[in-house]
Amino acid sequence: MAGMETLHFAFDGGRVLAPFAPALVGVVASGNLEVLVEPAVGSGCRVDIDTSARGFGPIWEAVLRDFHQRHGLAGLSVSIHDMGATPAVVSLRLDQAIAAIGGAQP
Amino acid sequence: MNASFAEMSARERLAAVVDAGTFHEWLPPSERVMSPHLAQLGVPAAFDDGVAIGRATLSGRIVFVAAQEGEFMGGGVGEVHGAKLVGLLRRALRDRPDAVVLLAESGGVRLHEANAGLIAVSEVMRALLDVRAAGIATVMLVVGANGCFGGMGIVARCADSVVMSDIARHAMSGPEVIESANGAGEFDSRDRALVWRTTGGKHRWLSGDCDALVDDDPAAFRTAAIAALSVHRPMTLAALQRESTLLQWRTDLAGDGADAFEFWTRLGVADARAVPDLDADAVRALRPAAVAPLANGGT
Amino acid sequence: MSTVADSPWTRQRSNRSARLARAALVNGVRAKTVSADAVVALLEALIEPGDRVCLEGDNQKQADFLARALTQVSRERVHDLHMVQSVLSLPEHLDVFELGIASKLDFSFSGPQALRLAQLLGEGKLQIGAIHTYLELFGRYFIDLTPKVSLIAAQAADAQGNLYTGPNTEDTPAIVEATAFKSGIVIAQVDTIVDKLPRVDIPGDWVDFVVRAPEPAFIEPLFTRDPAQISEIQVLMAMMAIKGIYAEYGVQSLNHGIGFDTAAIELLLPTYGERLGLKGKICRHWALNPHPALIPAIEAGWVESIHSFGSELGMEDYIRARPDVFFTGPDGSLRSNRAFCQAAGHYACDLFIGSTLQMDTLGNSSTATLGRIAGFGGAPNMGADARGRRHASDAWLKAGREARDGLPGVRGTPRGQKLVVQIVETFREHMQPAFVETLDAWKLAEQARMPLPPIMIYGDDVTHVLTEEGIANLLLCRDDVEREQAIRGVAGFTPVGQARDRAMVDKLRARGVIRRPVDLGIDPRDATRNLLAARSMRDLVRASGGLYQPPRRFRNW
Repeated sequence: MAGMETLHFAFDGGRVLAPFAPALVGVVASGNLEVLVEPAVGSGCRVDIDTSARGFGPIWEAVLRDFHQRHGLAGLSVSIHDMGATPAVVSLRLDQAIAAIGGAQP
Repeated sequence: MNASFAEMSARERLAAVVDAGTFHEWLPPSERVMSPHLAQLGVPAAFDDGVAIGRATLSGRIVFVAAQEGEFMGGGVGEVHGAKLVGLLRRALRDRPDAVVLLAESGGVRLHEANAGLIAVSEVMRALLDVRAAGIATVMLVVGANGCFGGMGIVARCADSVVMSDIARHAMSGPEVIESANGAGEFDSRDRALVWRTTGGKHRWLSGDCDALVDDDPAAFRTAAIAALSVHRPMTLAALQRESTLLQWRTDLAGDGADAFEFWTRLGVADARAVPDLDADAVRALRPAAVAPLANGGT
Repeated sequence: MSTVADSPWTRQRSNRSARLARAALVNGVRAKTVSADAVVALLEALIEPGDRVCLEGDNQKQADFLARALTQVSRERVHDLHMVQSVLSLPEHLDVFELGIASKLDFSFSGPQALRLAQLLGEGKLQIGAIHTYLELFGRYFIDLTPKVSLIAAQAADAQGNLYTGPNTEDTPAIVEATAFKSGIVIAQVDTIVDKLPRVDIPGDWVDFVVRAPEPAFIEPLFTRDPAQISEIQVLMAMMAIKGIYAEYGVQSLNHGIGFDTAAIELLLPTYGERLGLKGKICRHWALNPHPALIPAIEAGWVESIHSFGSELGMEDYIRARPDVFFTGPDGSLRSNRAFCQAAGHYACDLFIGSTLQMDTLGNSSTATLGRIAGFGGAPNMGADARGRRHASDAWLKAGREARDGLPGVRGTPRGQKLVVQIVETFREHMQPAFVETLDAWKLAEQARMPLPPIMIYGDDVTHVLTEEGIANLLLCRDDVEREQAIRGVAGFTPVGQARDRAMVDKLRARGVIRRPVDLGIDPRDATRNLLAARSMRDLVRASGGLYQPPRRFRNW
């Protein structure tokens, strides 16, 4: 598969949210990404990423670890289509997605 | 300052136009009905392949709606994107809503998908014409910075009515395409003012190619969409012949390919040069009487 | 021929007379007036090998006709010139080196020609004396870099050679004063020759020759930023700048370096700034080119005065209609002046804020990258503490106290300090980190054989580093270790940021040295483009009541 990189991450722990409908934020455009959050069976938070910007796995891991520490949500599946967004934009979209499902910390 | 309709995402636009909370999406992102072609080209796919479709009410009337996401691949129509639109239109033939309303922002065929994209667009045209022929109002709202070009530009003119904002554009060939094919002397695509007065909403309004010209404002689009629910333009042979005559008249008037300013003047617009700086309200008032029959589809 | 006394003390004067005598013989020269087709011959008559020549390449305005003419002189007659100019902008500015007409260069900014300059230097086609900041270069025009011949650009001249330089006066007064009063020769290209000038910007006594150029002088719109390109992240950083710095220190007078980050700040004043109740309390006096992005703030009553380095294409009528805000002549048009505006920015402003390409962990920043020599422009001057400043303001005193409270000895002598803010996203385009352990400037210095790495703004002048992660207040850092961790603490997920000492960064945050958006009461999700007072070029035009007329390339409606 030329060009695209697929990454998977899973984080343990966290609190489960009240049931929610899937939410989508962002757009697949240059420097941007779309984030789909859905309920997931089981504990923890899983993140699946398809990105056209190859070779940034360690940065994704750091950004997502931070995200998980910030929100601490379990029973969550996060799916991302990314087109070279910077960590600043990624973190923003993740936070927007969590807000959309009512998961932001009070 | 009002929210800009052009800057909204496809779903935000839908939510702003239809009656609040009535939009029900078919094949939503979580169903992952995505392009089978993009991955092998190293391009990320979108969960909804760049178009949201579904059902809603508009002023209490049932409508089927779709909105293209201009930021994703320039709104280009790929196989799945096109299939979603065709499915929506075919379902309209079965369920007979009051209208089908399409929020268009597209460069046309998604070239990455080559023949699949071409076929998709032609199927959309066919399906749209079927809906129109069945007496269900088809309404195109042309919004957004990317405009409505290529095959989607043709699709738009297959509808009963077209609503544009004054910053939207509607044409077949894109400016850069014309320039690279025929040179900057023919069309300087970097002259943005030229591009907008050749393909923008004001020009389309003044020359009879759109039915309503509105501000780049959600409320204005909603109002115009509601009005368009009642517009039916059956494509009878007589109507087409009348339209053809009017188009010939307009073509003869344009003559040697004058700039829009000159063309508008020939059409009968007073003070053509002032038009680019006027707002939609002011430009609406300037359309010459001679042009109206064209906009009314020859009726 | 009448002789001037041949005294060793009047050689320059005699030499000047000799040059003028040669020029008078050139076909097409009548007193001060020169026909366009005589310019090359005029230059050959007036310029001598080895001369120091100032070719007006300002930031915006270019003496392009004279530049072209200079490339056409005979190399046998005119060679080894020492070019002194603010900006290398046109290809002709480097053609003179390639053609062997000039061999040495002193300048300030070369952004548009950065690549070619590096190439020519590498090929040995030119020698760089030094790269300066603008005001420094103007200063040297009066010390050791006085031009012998200056080729300048003005908008109009009258029959006496008085010049109207108009809105884009820029560097001209500094150049002409240095040249005319040290037996130099001033040649001006003008767009038109008129009977009566709107006003006299340069007296005819200081001007030797005037030529009407076939085309108006080239002016570049450098300070126009389309609000449509401002991102949410830039809106977030702008919110932090306004709330976390401008409001915090009570910044009354300031300069914005050009960029989308600062355009976002300008467009947030009438909305976010208004919401915070800051109108009349901050941002009243500006050293600033006429940024179209400031129009909404001006219209909303935020701005009392703006002095400008140059003008900006399309803003002329708006400026005319706002003479209480801008510096305008009795004729109604803007009078800019780079030398005075740079002086104002250095001494009379509480704050400078600008962006950069790279910053290291000491806070040194640079826009230098390998293979390109872009120079400095005005940033080193604007982004430096003004140690000669003596008048107090709240912002200056507060910054000075934060830096010096508790320090012993001479470093603890009470004084104020200018706020110098570097605003930068942690990653640039193509995921290039803005924070690095070692600046490319070091390698460039080696490559280009410079005596020092070309650092734009020194770390010990920087008071705040502002990224999407928050604000690091370097004034509150007691030593280099704290400074380094404060910078790492806002360097995000870059390698520099990830190498942070987490415990120390937490302590710095607890002390308020680092403040995150949430510490400032800012929710990043509120940072949307809807907060901008204008989101498009058309919005700016509407805000100006139709007075602002953007250049064609920006007109997308």
